Amino acid sequence: MDALSSLIDGFGTALTPTNLLFAFLGVLLGTAIGVLPGIGPAMTVALLLPLTRGLDVTTALIMFAGIYYGGMYGGSTTSILLNTPGESASVITALEGSKMARAGRASQALATAAIGSFVAGTLATLGLALLAPTVAELAIKVSPADMFAIMVLAFIAVTAVLGSSRVRGLASLGLGLAIGLIGIDKTSGQQRLTFGIPELADGIDIIVVAVGLFAVGEALWTAAHLRRRPVDVIPVGNPRMSRSDWGRSWKPWLRGTVIGFPFGAIPAGGAEIPTFLSYVTEKRLTKHPEEFGKGAIEGVAGPEATNNASAAGGMVPLLTLGIPTSATAAVMLAAIQGFGIQPGPRLLSSHPDLVWGLIASLFIGNTALLVLNLPLAPIWAKLLRIPRSYLYAGILFFASLGAYAANANVFDLFLLLIIGALGFMMRRYGLPLLPCIIAVILGPRAEEELRQALQISNGHVSGLLDPMSIVVFVIVALLLAWPIVRRLLPRRATESVLAEAAHEIEEAHEHTGLTTAVSVERHTERRAEVRVDRSDEPGAW
Amino acid sequence: MSTAASSSGGGTREQGRSEFGVALFLGAVGLLVLVSALLLPESRISRGPVGPAAVPIVVAILLIVTAVFLAIDVARGGRGEPEGGEDIELGGGTDWRTVLMLAVAFIANALLIEPLGWVFSGAILFWGAAFALGSRHWVRDAVIAFVLSIGTWYVFALGLGIVMPPGILEGIL
Repeated sequence: MDALSSLIDGFGTALTPTNLLFAFLGVLLGTAIGVLPGIGPAMTVALLLPLTRGLDVTTALIMFAGIYYGGMYGGSTTSILLNTPGESASVITALEGSKMARAGRASQALATAAIGSFVAGTLATLGLALLAPTVAELAIKVSPADMFAIMVLAFIAVTAVLGSSRVRGLASLGLGLAIGLIGIDKTSGQQRLTFGIPELADGIDIIVVAVGLFAVGEALWTAAHLRRRPVDVIPVGNPRMSRSDWGRSWKPWLRGTVIGFPFGAIPAGGAEIPTFLSYVTEKRLTKHPEEFGKGAIEGVAGPEATNNASAAGGMVPLLTLGIPTSATAAVMLAAIQGFGIQPGPRLLSSHPDLVWGLIASLFIGNTALLVLNLPLAPIWAKLLRIPRSYLYAGILFFASLGAYAANANVFDLFLLLIIGALGFMMRRYGLPLLPCIIAVILGPRAEEELRQALQISNGHVSGLLDPMSIVVFVIVALLLAWPIVRRLLPRRATESVLAEAAHEIEEAHEHTGLTTAVSVERHTERRAEVRVDRSDEPGAW
Repeated sequence: MSTAASSSGGGTREQGRSEFGVALFLGAVGLLVLVSALLLPESRISRGPVGPAAVPIVVAILLIVTAVFLAIDVARGGRGEPEGGEDIELGGGTDWRTVLMLAVAFIANALLIEPLGWVFSGAILFWGAAFALGSRHWVRDAVIAFVLSIGTWYVFALGLGIVMPPGILEGIL
């Protein structure tokens, strides 16, 4: 197999002592920072982004692979050991995970999460290695018009599918596109939205945008609503699993892989939806239904495996089309662009060593995750007790450090605060962050593709339409018009299944207040929508 | 739970009115983008049929239309749901005092980083932010702040080859 021999070359790149060291360092840093409450995977990657500016491309990406997985695993540790859920992707893990922890089974929950992440991550990375060359080969034939259509689809998918409110998603998208416009227009040399400020001529550095939105915005927002009572952290020993835990975990791991991988590969926004589907699936198939809601190990094993598989799945569009499907992937794309490498269909043929090195280091990062995190779990649990004043002061400290280090420019620090204030406003009024960051990163490229397509057709709008882009635009139209279309369709079975599951979750959590009934219901409604939307979409991209 | 009730409600009367501000903000940004696009001078080196103003105009229209729809949504009683998190309690109002103090610490760093150097400005940022967030261990905070700022200075300089401003410690570090 061609893919396999390339992968072996990739291991050759990744397994040098330096790169191996950075992969481990990445996992360690990623987990340590991801464990800290309030810091999700996207902020972890954003805060560590400036570190990679001093490294060479391959090493930096290899470190990022470690940070990526580490940050995600760190997030689930938090949600198992704390009584409050963190970011949306780990809400589902928290459902059964924190119950297990409170029943004295924290170490089993962490073990099934770690081993499940490893199994799912490895299988899904293998899927990525096998799929990427094929997708890239198809993608190279894609015309600028098609590429533009696909990017529009990515915008609309993250906007219309995610979040409770379409109009707020669109608002976030528009703000992101506007930020992306700032700077000198490459084609005409005109300055746009720079207001004569020379620092804005090159556009706003993506590090500043990512760190501002995710780190400064989050720190300010949390500071404004800081919980003043101490949090309840559940103590944990070394993770271990009994025979029956293994027996009950391996099938959810595999099912989670199958659910997570395809969801990660489509731009519909990260791990939230598939982890929920995995939870529902496990609940249906379990032999111990009575334990669900009281700490069933399947409810941790499945969603955690799904989470990691979807992270690896997200690498498919990222590496073959240059299109990120989650906030974390978007920040990683920014990292690649920071090295002057244009991600897209040609990445695999122009920088094969880099891509295969990255894929190989995803395997290594996964293994490092398992090796490091099983013994280190008690230490991670201690990190949860860090005083909140130091935690958020530290976030602001490292955010400023990173933003300044990127360009050695004081102006960036003021921009950082302004974008942080924007992030604060978006959090306060429920504007989702994902459409904004995706628009900042993809917007300028979408414009470039659009102009190229129209240049080829000599300005005729027909240049934007060919068989493939028409299909994509029809999907976009369906997504946008979905609320109207849905009223014309008969209700589908999946919706009632999901509604029922949501009701059960609600009941289970009435006693604990782990999550609000209203928000679960809302999540489900939109998951039900998404579930049906999926059937209209081609899975290939 | 108290948090559950308040966060799901989300929209106190105060937030209801201020949410029109978001629509206003979007509209203003849209208008700004539109005007600046229309004011772009004719380009001499422009290539291709699509000029530099076309996409900004589309983005501006998107922003303005969204602003209108958002205003309609808010008027009909729609409310954005504030984001939750591990350390967030949405029960009370916004603690503007803390936010303001954090912003002051942040701006102090931005103003002092080049004249005083990162070691001091970074330490002031950390110490000030910790103070704003309620820490009252004056000495311990200062020690941590300087360990962090000196430590990161050396890590960046030696490990990554990025030299943060030495400021008044030029030649000593």
